[in-house]
Amino acid sequence: MTLTASARPNPASRPSSIRRVWRQLSPYAYIAPFFSLFAAFGLFPLIYTAYVSLYRVELQTPGDMEWRGLDNYTALLADEFFWTSLRNTFTIGVLSTVPQLVMALGLAHVLNYKLRGRTFFRTAILLPYATSVAAATLVFAQLFGRDFGLINYGLGLVGISPVDWQTGTVASQIAVSTIVIWRWTGYNALIYLAGMQSIPHELYEAAEMDGASRWRQFVHVTLPGLRPTIVFTVIVSTIGATQLFGEPLLFEGSVSGGISHQYQTLGLYMYEQGWGFFHLGRAAAIAWVMFLLILALVGANALITRRHSRKEAGR
Amino acid sequence: MPTARAAKRAAFRLGAVVLAGALLAACGGSSDGASDSANGKVTITVDLFGSFGYKEAGLYAEYERLHPNVTIKQTDTEDEADYWRSLQTRLAGGAGLADVQGVEVGRIASVTQQQADKFEDLRKYGADALKGQFAEAKWAAATGRNGEVLGLGTDVGPEAMCYRTDLLKQAGLPTDREVLSKRWATWDGYLELGRQYKAKAPSKSAWLDSVGSLFSIMIGQEEERYYDDSGALIWETNPAIENAWNASIEASEAGLSAKLDQWSPQWNQAFSAGSFATLPCPAWMLGYIKGQAGETGKGKWDIAALPGGAGNWGGSYLAVPRAAKHKKEAYELIKWLTAPEQQSKIFAKQGNFPSATAAIAQIADATDPYFSGAPIGRIFGEAAEAAPVQVLGVHDQNVAQQITNALSEVERKGTKPDKAWENAKKGVKNIIG
Repeated sequence: MTLTASARPNPASRPSSIRRVWRQLSPYAYIAPFFSLFAAFGLFPLIYTAYVSLYRVELQTPGDMEWRGLDNYTALLADEFFWTSLRNTFTIGVLSTVPQLVMALGLAHVLNYKLRGRTFFRTAILLPYATSVAAATLVFAQLFGRDFGLINYGLGLVGISPVDWQTGTVASQIAVSTIVIWRWTGYNALIYLAGMQSIPHELYEAAEMDGASRWRQFVHVTLPGLRPTIVFTVIVSTIGATQLFGEPLLFEGSVSGGISHQYQTLGLYMYEQGWGFFHLGRAAAIAWVMFLLILALVGANALITRRHSRKEAGR
Repeated sequence: MPTARAAKRAAFRLGAVVLAGALLAACGGSSDGASDSANGKVTITVDLFGSFGYKEAGLYAEYERLHPNVTIKQTDTEDEADYWRSLQTRLAGGAGLADVQGVEVGRIASVTQQQADKFEDLRKYGADALKGQFAEAKWAAATGRNGEVLGLGTDVGPEAMCYRTDLLKQAGLPTDREVLSKRWATWDGYLELGRQYKAKAPSKSAWLDSVGSLFSIMIGQEEERYYDDSGALIWETNPAIENAWNASIEASEAGLSAKLDQWSPQWNQAFSAGSFATLPCPAWMLGYIKGQAGETGKGKWDIAALPGGAGNWGGSYLAVPRAAKHKKEAYELIKWLTAPEQQSKIFAKQGNFPSATAAIAQIADATDPYFSGAPIGRIFGEAAEAAPVQVLGVHDQNVAQQITNALSEVERKGTKPDKAWENAKKGVKNIIG
């Protein structure tokens, strides 16, 4: 409270040295909350994980750290389960992201029209996003049950023999992707919808005057206008797909992602190594590989879009 | 009004700094759930897996009546593997531990060999005096290298064969437990009956739940399983494992199994649907069957002796972590819970078979109306007496899990047995290496 006292009636006279110090320091105080939180919960874990990944550390004996250098990383290259989980992450990522974004585009397009009860539908499609992963996955696991599941029952009605949604590689990945699609389609649709509403209405009117059908309007007006939004959702979905964890973990409650790792994602494999087998060093190495992978994917994405927009600009 | 503004600004700055400080301070602090020793009241927390049955048998209520200053809070995880993972994390962090933690017999070697320093040596509280109460092997398994007593035995898992009399009758098979015990005196006899059952069984009903459970129960009949006496891993070349594996493969190829992984939700649902006619059952499975099959299953189940002789599958311990808050009180509680009188009460209610010798004598004549009046005291008592004393190892549970996973691959995905065996080997190497 010294500051209050120092605020004398004549502020034009030389400011006290305390005030000068404050003027220099106060910006740091403003940003301190964010940066101290980031340092504690973002930066430190990141660096510490890198440090741990160079050692052999077991959860049961965390005190005995044994230097391994890059061995944890090279071991991953020869690790069959790692490649399986990497492949699964990719296939589940494609299986879930592509239909999700396509459906979201379609939904957003429909919701962009003047419909009766539009607000209701717009809210409704966001509901899955507001549901907890655990609850949604447990319900889907029931639906996908082999013997008593609703989906196999439905398939049975149309004469298809029951599918073992848990053990089949393709079947289980489709099942897991379904949960992801269900949860995220509405969310992406809303983002697309917001993007669509920022496209000037005149463009549509002009297109209509030229006799463009709704489909052509969608392809030639909506899609180009949405490009930045689409890029954003692709990046966010890619990151989400790379980190996919809750759905495959809870689908059968198996940290291995099924009896033969058929739907184990990278995130799940990291968890299995760290908290299933207690190999913290190896788990840390996987975490860093995931981090680098995401960086590479996002980088590639940015590169492609930049080149694309430069090409556009050059036309 | 420069003064007022300056004052306001200063106050804001100060506020920001205080806020930042408070946030940081909040990160460091932590609050404890049960801090109640001030008024002489003690809340003992108990963290268990599966079904120990203490709450169901009213033992906590009884203990609280005997000790008015004590309240007992229990948390419970159904799947032991999940429970163990979470326990290990909390042990490593030294926080969030309950005063009493359950330990499965497949993990007790990990406690005695790797984590003796994380659990209380119960000799400190006079546990030495209890040694004579327990079956010798049960006591020895929870003893550390330097003679520490790291847990008190709750139950053991003598094995028998549970079966559905109504389903066997529909398939024209005998339902009398004495007759069946003779017909399936060997595992070959059991599989042969299975083939007969399959030929005439109601649709959608298999002979047993999964070949994984067949493997597990057969392994229980062996003395040496995954490790030898010296602590070396021998499972890959152990003829006993090979034998159980081959029988499981045979059952799978004959189509005798309902292909339900144990402990999965599908498996749980199958109890009431009658998807399988027999279920290899250690004593603690009785409570599980009652829970899953419910009232409608009463009188439909019966119990006969296990094919191929006596065995043991599972059983547990109660231990007190070093980081527990009320160690003394926790010891008093587990001493009481594992005393012969309480063990026999649990058996009468849940079927968990006692590890205290006096309790085994007390329940010799027990029968269970749920299981068509089967003499469970005699059946499991004889099995407990004849069961081999098993060599335990640190990774018993993990190896077993990999093998049953491989067997699931064979029966559910049609993986070739040789390939599945290789998968199990790779899985174990991934865990241990």
